[in-house]
Amino acid sequence: MPGIIELTVNGTRRRVEADPEASLLSVLRDGLELTGAKYGCGEGQCGACTVLLDGQPVRSCILPVRAAVGKQVTTIEGIHHPLQDAFVAEDAMQCGYCTAGMIVSGVALLKKNPNPSRDEIVRHMNGNICRCGTYLRIIAAVRKAAQSHA
Amino acid sequence: MPDERERIEPERYELAAAPAYRFSVDRRDFLGLLGGGLLVVFSAGGQESGRGRGRESLPQDLNAWLHVGEHGSVTIYTGKTEVGQNIRTSLSQAAAEELHCPSGAVKLVMADTALTPFDMGTFGSRTTPTMAPQIRRAAATAREALLDLAAEKWNVDRAKLAIADGRITRADGAESIGFGELTKGQKLTKTIARDVAVARPLCQSAPKVAARDIVTGQHKYTPDLTRPGMLHGRVLRPPAFGATLLTLDAPTLPGVTVVHEKNFAGVAAPDARSAADALRQLKAEWNRQPSAVTSGADLYDSFKKTAEKGEGDVRGSVADGMASAGVKLLATYTVAYIAHAPLEPRAALAEWDGGKLTVWTGTQRPFGVRGELAEAFGIPEDRIRVIVPDTGSGYGGKHSGECAVEAARLAKAAGKPVKLVWTREEEFTWAYFRPAGVIEVSSGAGLDGAITAWEFHNYNSGGSAIQGLYDIPNRRIAFHQTQSPLRQGSYRGLAATANHFAREVHIDELAHAVKMDPLEFRMKNLKDPRLRAVLQAAVDRFGWGKGKGIGMSCGFEKGGYIATCAQVAVEDSRIRILRVVEAFECGAVVNPNHLKNQIEGAISMAVGGALFEQIQFRGGQILNPRFSLYRVPRFSDIPEIEAVLVDRPDLPSAGSGETPIVGLAPAVSNAVFNLNGTRLRSMPLDLSAAPSA
Repeated sequence: MPGIIELTVNGTRRRVEADPEASLLSVLRDGLELTGAKYGCGEGQCGACTVLLDGQPVRSCILPVRAAVGKQVTTIEGIHHPLQDAFVAEDAMQCGYCTAGMIVSGVALLKKNPNPSRDEIVRHMNGNICRCGTYLRIIAAVRKAAQSHA
Repeated sequence: MPDERERIEPERYELAAAPAYRFSVDRRDFLGLLGGGLLVVFSAGGQESGRGRGRESLPQDLNAWLHVGEHGSVTIYTGKTEVGQNIRTSLSQAAAEELHCPSGAVKLVMADTALTPFDMGTFGSRTTPTMAPQIRRAAATAREALLDLAAEKWNVDRAKLAIADGRITRADGAESIGFGELTKGQKLTKTIARDVAVARPLCQSAPKVAARDIVTGQHKYTPDLTRPGMLHGRVLRPPAFGATLLTLDAPTLPGVTVVHEKNFAGVAAPDARSAADALRQLKAEWNRQPSAVTSGADLYDSFKKTAEKGEGDVRGSVADGMASAGVKLLATYTVAYIAHAPLEPRAALAEWDGGKLTVWTGTQRPFGVRGELAEAFGIPEDRIRVIVPDTGSGYGGKHSGECAVEAARLAKAAGKPVKLVWTREEEFTWAYFRPAGVIEVSSGAGLDGAITAWEFHNYNSGGSAIQGLYDIPNRRIAFHQTQSPLRQGSYRGLAATANHFAREVHIDELAHAVKMDPLEFRMKNLKDPRLRAVLQAAVDRFGWGKGKGIGMSCGFEKGGYIATCAQVAVEDSRIRILRVVEAFECGAVVNPNHLKNQIEGAISMAVGGALFEQIQFRGGQILNPRFSLYRVPRFSDIPEIEAVLVDRPDLPSAGSGETPIVGLAPAVSNAVFNLNGTRLRSMPLDLSAAPSA
């Protein structure tokens, strides 16, 4: 049943009325007007909805919002990272619908592995789909951001 | 006979009914809206993409306009849509190059039926060859008018004026003025000058417009929009294609609107979750009459059985050509139905205000969708506004307006704005598919390698690029329409993928039969200098002839010449594409970095159709309508890709969003044959299903 849920999103406490079983994605998008994370599949297969939960990438479309209570939720709106500049510099997008999820996944990777190899990037990012096929540019952007950080 | 390269396949699969009437935008109203400045309007005269579809191909009064505002801003109004192909960037570049101003000073208002002139739609790689030259001419007309204004203001010879960086300066450097200061207080209208001098594209990379909004999550796609009081919609889908709704029993739920009209049933509720709950509580009884055809061999038989007869395009005598051949081949190729699966599913937000309707929706045909809405609700088009936010891709899959009509129907009943976002399953099931097809090829060649006879029959998949550029004296080429069990429509490149697959694999088979290298065999049978040039560029970069598991293909479509070389490996009966070099020539290059992005993207997308994408269906149901069941290319599938641009600054620019997708599958199939002697004639290529060689 819907009730008031308290979340910490992008460093800010937010209160929102939601069913605890509703997906975190729907609460972010419809309840908190944070629309950067996208719906792409509803089964955790495409990665467009990726957000960070205590720094770990999660698929918010299949995560009930109750699981985010008491944790730090970070969405693309709360990310300020050189990877974003690298995506622009490498033109690592076409339609851009997957981009938020890609960047959130990439930031999580760079946090635990500041200088990932090509294979490590592919393994980490393989759950994120880009239908326009800009994969090679996304890999280049992650590497560029890694180098700019180093 | 018209040059074969000029032929464009009628977009038979656009799924569009021409609207019965169209109200043109009132030019005076528009001028009032803009305020002062300089407006350049276009007189189309059939310049725009008239693609022979009944009434829609009639010339319209205007089809794009350009405004230089009192603050020096340049705004272009065009009905084209941005779906990831980066025309918002390339069209800005075209105007900025002619106006000699920074491209950041140019703003595009796109795809808003209230603000932009009529446009048939964004498809067929037509923006670059048709819209960009018009915008160039408009910008050049504005440039000349600005020079006239400055000459008049300073009372100097206009030949002594220089225009650069958004300013006009006297040659003696005595005075300089910005576009805005020049047009301040003016209300000037110019018609585009047809004979105005325009430059060729400068071949300059420019960053994607709005990239910053995308990487920060600020760009609003249709599913991200809200309106005050907005409800969320869901539509009740039939259990199978062709099913009709007999009865509907719906409980009364607070705050929920239920709509049932003929075959349509849906709900609107305050939030997405309660809409989904309400949908589950609808009790419907359906009459099912699904087609008996299923995916698999059965499908290809059904195409042959239901095919329309036709002589096709005949030159010389195939019988004579066969009689003189030293080698004869006969082979059948198939392609499966595949889905566009744009990551942004179809979505629409509809709002009624009295008798007026506004719909925000991701579509490639805003004016076509307006027509569909007018027809569905029986209201004139001038009471409907369709606005297309830059959209999460389409690939030819977003030409129709059913989602917009559904959202508007729910909004009408609810008396509130309604947003409808199709689920991934709906997108996989209730949109339309790239046509499947069967292609039969018979051919003959002399032992010297000259092709003497060629007979090519395409059943169902389409006629795009069916001709090919091989120089063959005796040939019969035919496309046969059939009864498709699934709803089918445009897909990036249309049937050019299927026809190139069959032709280029068959050419490889012929080369092998006459014991010639595939490159040498192609060169022997190709005269077209532009195609020979891209083929040479591709093999030079690839290093043709070295290594195992290599294959090639080449071709032409929509003004673009393409040659692809691929290298593959086989691991556990699975094909792995290691390396791809693709050379592409589409006339003068506009933006080399974005052109490479399109080529790389098309090749990456093509990996899916080549290796694993396939819609499976039975009993009128799609069996794999989810990403967990329908495999699309991922990071780990992508080979090393090198795009080789063959720039022809002396030739008009053609589009590049589609043709680079056609070369991969045949090159990979030929590479597999080169590796292990297995000939794969079906897309997707599947070694486990292939008979051993």
